[in-house]
Amino acid sequence: MENSPVIEVRNVNVNFQNQLILDNVNLVVRKGDFYAIIGPNGAGKTTLIRVILGLTPANSGEIFLFGKPASLEGRIRIGYVPQHQMFDFTFPITIREMVLTGRIGKKPGLIRRYKDEDYHAVDTALSRLSIKFLENRPISDLSGGERQRVLIARALAGDPDILILDEPTVYVDTPTEEHFYELLSILSKSITILMITHDIGVVSRHVTHVACLNRRLYQHDTNHLTADMLAKTYGCPVDLITHGDVPHRVLAYHGDKP
Amino acid sequence: MIEALGYEFFRSALAAGILSSIVCGIIGSYVVVKHMISVAGGISHAAFGGIGLGYFLGVDPIAGAFWFTLGVATLIWGLIDRARQHIDTLIGAFWAGGMAFGILCLSLTPGYTPDLFSYLFGNILLVPSGHLTLIAFLCAVVVGLVALLYPALQAIAFDQEYASISGLPTRIFNLLVLLLIAVSVVVLIQIVGIILVIALLTLPAAIIRPFSNTLKGMMIGATLTGMFITTTGIYLSWIFDVPSGSTIILLGVTLYFLVLCYKEVIFRVKTPKVHSE
Repeated sequence: MENSPVIEVRNVNVNFQNQLILDNVNLVVRKGDFYAIIGPNGAGKTTLIRVILGLTPANSGEIFLFGKPASLEGRIRIGYVPQHQMFDFTFPITIREMVLTGRIGKKPGLIRRYKDEDYHAVDTALSRLSIKFLENRPISDLSGGERQRVLIARALAGDPDILILDEPTVYVDTPTEEHFYELLSILSKSITILMITHDIGVVSRHVTHVACLNRRLYQHDTNHLTADMLAKTYGCPVDLITHGDVPHRVLAYHGDKP
Repeated sequence: MIEALGYEFFRSALAAGILSSIVCGIIGSYVVVKHMISVAGGISHAAFGGIGLGYFLGVDPIAGAFWFTLGVATLIWGLIDRARQHIDTLIGAFWAGGMAFGILCLSLTPGYTPDLFSYLFGNILLVPSGHLTLIAFLCAVVVGLVALLYPALQAIAFDQEYASISGLPTRIFNLLVLLLIAVSVVVLIQIVGIILVIALLTLPAAIIRPFSNTLKGMMIGATLTGMFITTTGIYLSWIFDVPSGSTIILLGVTLYFLVLCYKEVIFRVKTPKVHSE
């Protein structure tokens, strides 16, 4: 049985300063998917996420969330995990307070005070990511891997139905990264995940769907990457060195580096 | 000190200093963590336009500054997203434009403008008791609003995009913050003058920042630091018969550099030495 679509991107075009960033992109993410979008730097990955979240307007096309045209009602059901190096980690805030800000969307109006249920949700989110022991530390004290977990905890604190992650493993060392994907695999059993990454190697072992983006989106509806998809996306011949059926490593030959 | 407290003007000066420290602590901390120092600088210098307009129209210059800075803050807010300009460029235009407008108004005003110097450089020892009531009222407005809206203000300062996805009307909150900065500027002009407002707004927050892990803690700490700086500064200026505004600011700057030195020492102690071959 096919699950209902939770995110639908229909014919989305984005231009910025006369440059085409997204070219007629269509994407369907269904309930329960662990969906990865890969692509080189400057492929429009972050832009696509920003369009879905309503942070960047599309020049044309439509976004549907949970079967309805995208609106605040749908967006507050999304937990967004931005790139952690974009943050001001010198901001004076403790882990607990920061995760608590993930609950702010649950309150109506201008005056938003936190209540017991909000503190409980924070406790649950911190425990789920095994960072309860960090709760009273300032965010400036955290390592790269911990920062990432804190950002996910903030997203989970809002009880989202979808988790959207933007390049979660940039600037994280390899053991942390591997551990991190295992954590995502566990989370993906209870929540729909859409993740963008430049990290082709790790993706296939964990995700259920993968698509390639380089201005256009090449969708494949399985978790297999093909040489054809990669060649289209990266615009150059690409070799897949496989372990068994699973593409494991990519060596790209560019024109100037034979 | 006891002797000084016998004077009515000295007691009002201390009261004005303590009240304004609350504004500095709360709004100053927000300005510092949200990197809005240049915006606050632009609004405070533009306030001179309001002072000049007050003289020209023959009303209280502080009333002129109050309405003028609220107008400037609203204009900056309206233009920030639309102007397709670097925010610094826009701020610079208001900064210089406001001062130029003030000078123009003053030149068109017949007669002598006796208190002009104290609006530029401040003279806390000349705060009229009517203004003390105004300062107290504005203080209560700032404390009340920030206390009521703290969770939202904190979320927006930390991560505005996340706050907007969460459905917070971030634009309205940003307007509110700019208006609160304008209100603070009007309070502080009377203490240290237009030229030094930005220092008094940011120094207590900058001094306390390394010692606080939360925005709330920073606001309280900066308020106490501000109270220490202003009261000590007022006392010293009375003892040595020097301008109160500059005494307060120089005291703050000294404290700030002491904190920087302290941080540097702590950093060196914590960081292990690297031995070169």
